[in-house]
Amino acid sequence: MEILVCVRRVPDTSENEIQLNSAGNDIERDDLVYSINEPDNYAVEEALQIAAKAGGNVTVVTVGGEDDEEVLRREMAMGANHGVLISDDAFGGSDGRGIATILKAFVQKGHYDLILTGIQAEDGGAQVGGMLAALLDYPFASLVNAITVLDGGKLKVSREIEGGNREMNEIDLPCVLSIQTGINEPRYVGMRGIRQVASVEIPTFGASDLGVDTGTVGEAGAKVKRVDYFVPALGKGAEILQGSQEQIIDKLIELMKAKGGLN
Amino acid sequence: MLEALQSPAQTTYWLISGRVLFPLLNLIGLACFAYIVTWRLTPLIQGERDFRFDRPFIRLERLLQFWLGQWKHPRYRVAGTIHILIFAGFILLATRAFSLLILGISENFALPDSASGVGRVYEIVADYAATIVFLCMVIAAVRRIVFKPARYEVPARYGKSHKVDAIFLLALIAFLMLSESLFEASKAASLTQQGQPEFLATFSLAWILQNALSSVSQSKLWDLHRSAYLLDVLTFYFLLCYRPFGIQFHVETSLFNVYFAKLDRGTVKPVRWGVSDEHLDQVKSFGVKKFEDFTWKHMLDFYSCADCGRCSDNCPANAAGRPLSPRFLTIKARDYSFQHYPMFGSPSDGTPLIGSIYSEDEIWSCTTCGACEEECPLMIEYIDKIVDLRRGLVDDGNVPKSIQKALKALESRGNPYGKMEKKKADWIKDKEFQPTCEVKVLDGKKTADTLYFVDSITSYDDRMQAIGRATAKILDHVGENFGILGAAEKDSGHEVRRFGEETLFMALRDHNVEAIKASGVQRIVTADPHAYNALKHDYKDVPPVEHISQVIAREVKSGNIKLNPVENADDVYTYHDPCYLGRHNQVYDDPRDVLDAIPGLKRVEMSRCRDRSFCCGGGGLMLFYEPKEEQRMGVKRVQMAAEAGANVIVTACPFCMVNMEDAIKVAGMEGKMTAIDLTELVDKHIARETKKTERAEQFAESAKCLTV
Repeated sequence: MEILVCVRRVPDTSENEIQLNSAGNDIERDDLVYSINEPDNYAVEEALQIAAKAGGNVTVVTVGGEDDEEVLRREMAMGANHGVLISDDAFGGSDGRGIATILKAFVQKGHYDLILTGIQAEDGGAQVGGMLAALLDYPFASLVNAITVLDGGKLKVSREIEGGNREMNEIDLPCVLSIQTGINEPRYVGMRGIRQVASVEIPTFGASDLGVDTGTVGEAGAKVKRVDYFVPALGKGAEILQGSQEQIIDKLIELMKAKGGLN
Repeated sequence: MLEALQSPAQTTYWLISGRVLFPLLNLIGLACFAYIVTWRLTPLIQGERDFRFDRPFIRLERLLQFWLGQWKHPRYRVAGTIHILIFAGFILLATRAFSLLILGISENFALPDSASGVGRVYEIVADYAATIVFLCMVIAAVRRIVFKPARYEVPARYGKSHKVDAIFLLALIAFLMLSESLFEASKAASLTQQGQPEFLATFSLAWILQNALSSVSQSKLWDLHRSAYLLDVLTFYFLLCYRPFGIQFHVETSLFNVYFAKLDRGTVKPVRWGVSDEHLDQVKSFGVKKFEDFTWKHMLDFYSCADCGRCSDNCPANAAGRPLSPRFLTIKARDYSFQHYPMFGSPSDGTPLIGSIYSEDEIWSCTTCGACEEECPLMIEYIDKIVDLRRGLVDDGNVPKSIQKALKALESRGNPYGKMEKKKADWIKDKEFQPTCEVKVLDGKKTADTLYFVDSITSYDDRMQAIGRATAKILDHVGENFGILGAAEKDSGHEVRRFGEETLFMALRDHNVEAIKASGVQRIVTADPHAYNALKHDYKDVPPVEHISQVIAREVKSGNIKLNPVENADDVYTYHDPCYLGRHNQVYDDPRDVLDAIPGLKRVEMSRCRDRSFCCGGGGLMLFYEPKEEQRMGVKRVQMAAEAGANVIVTACPFCMVNMEDAIKVAGMEGKMTAIDLTELVDKHIARETKKTERAEQFAESAKCLTV
């Protein structure tokens, strides 16, 4: 099975102190460290596990710049067979549909049975997976937290439903799935692994290579534009429950019931 | 007719002449033993390289101390004494056992010559030695059967009890002693009856038997004599060939195991012996994944284990109910190697060790505290094996998620918390602290003689920053010209290495070495024993390093630091030895001397102290690991402090502080027990009236001895 995983490089939320820039329209990016978008990492791990069982190759692709090669190498160190960078000045400022359009063009140049994305980018809007499926006219399942390969070009996928329930679906290949975190335990990638793939050539495709009309992507084609970015003011402090241990427990249970935490 | 005087070689057994039988038995016995040992050596040849052939004189010295001198045995008083007696007995009886075997080939052979004075004395000594060994076997068996020391127990998850095998081996040795003595006694009784009184060592086993046989007929004595000899030879060879199948193989291997034991404390073995850091990228697989990835010495360790259980008896992970027991780490590997390399037939296909004999949790449970290695009388190594197994796990990407996050942060930010580099020196900007003690950041513009290597936890953790500030104030007080690296200092990588991430460790180390060299300092001080151990043993080409407790002890001795009487004279203090200061670096006395220099301070020792200190729960990345355990190590430790009658635990490590303070809360001992770092305690008690310049001169004087 040929599997494509769409990945993205994002500022690592656990290792950065996110602050607004002086213009107030973006975050301060000088001191940031970046890493693979976490849900994407789960998607790659899932792809590797499927390929290990069912055979085939895993390709990771990202739309971005030279700096983004770093995450492709990390995923290749994990075991992905190929990495592809899609980069073009014309792609800058694309909205979700723009990115999906670019990826669609790439998908159509190859033969992929299964396309995975992370459930959402940590700085994104969980749009690309669904849009890509629609543009390709492929079936789509979101919030996938288990995949089984069935005979006859089908998958059985489990989707997470609010409240911890699961919904089981059969889905025809080729399809697009957006992967929920927790579907597996992604393997660790150390510096050594990354060094071993450091010299592997990563092909780069631009707009002309993919035959993308630059008018439909990038800033020009974007129909969603960010107009502001702010950190919400802190709300009221935590409530400290008073009283004896029994009283505190009673109040806590009452509160949890009221907020729907207990049934 | 003096039949009993005939040597076994001259007799016949079931129509077979002794002259034929005994050479044949010797030959068969030796051939079997040679075959078995050759098979046992096969995996060692398949194993990884291990360079143990250097420093022969140090090794010989240690052989004399730990093997011949049985140095570690008295740590367990009863069992140790019994073992020393058995060991001494075996050494003494080796010659007699040899001459007895030769007697079957060459009659009247004796070494030393029994007619000589030395020979007579030797026979007496040997008689007593055999008696003592026999008695020791009885005592050891009684201990096993009646007293059942807990450390011999085999928990259900590790299989069946080893009791039957242990007692069988004890019985075999006892039988050997008995047959030797009977052989002698029957001859002596026969000669005595024939008017040639033979005197055996009074009250020895042989003497008792001789007296018991005094009225037995000559022909019976003759039968006993030759039967005893045959049984002795058979038992001897059976034992020789049976030992390599179990715990008694250490009789043969201990000599080599102790000679080739690891010499350098606090170090971790390289990924591959003989492969330099620059060439590591060419090594296909890191660490131990299958049995043959162990080094030959580590395989020899498996053979050498005597199953005494001392390692696990001292292992804090085992005590806390984590799924790790050093004893079974060895026993499981040995059992596996016996199956994997069977006596008959070719070696079976190897399986990955993790998932078959070891579990991932087992391997991550170790805090590398070194208690097991400190205790092992056979000098078996554990930390290097654990690190090697972790290297294998890391290489395959099998790292617990919580540790992955910390490693990732170390890679991108140089600290496990993912904090910004530029905030590394924020602790020196504390409002109350900064006006009293200006700490230089050695960023190229400023220089200093001494580097205070702070390391991650003390730099970033709100509570531990107090240790950093206390350390800085002490260094300032003694007039030390010191500074910190600030943003240029990355994590020492001490735990990164011990968690098996060698490549990341090398990157951190190389960065720090460069930063330290660029700062131009002549010496390094740290208050973190993990950083201390890393700088001292893992780093190369950096200036000499000291732990702050060593600096304080020296300054107290020289009078540079004067200490006020203890603030609360009712408090009872106890000192908890951090593993990487104590066991791994042998700094036991300096912190205690400092405590004792505080007038009026009452100090007690916990039953586990110094080289038997009990790990707090582990430092560095271990703080990110979520172990499966019944109880926290720290909780056990604070309970030990309470048992000792203390209400203040003094330690000298920020990680111990984290674990102790958490444990005090978990144990519900808040208000009854507190923990304080040595630097904090000293800072509180420093008498600050002497002039700074005067102290600076004194300090320069006392520091000279270090830089020279």
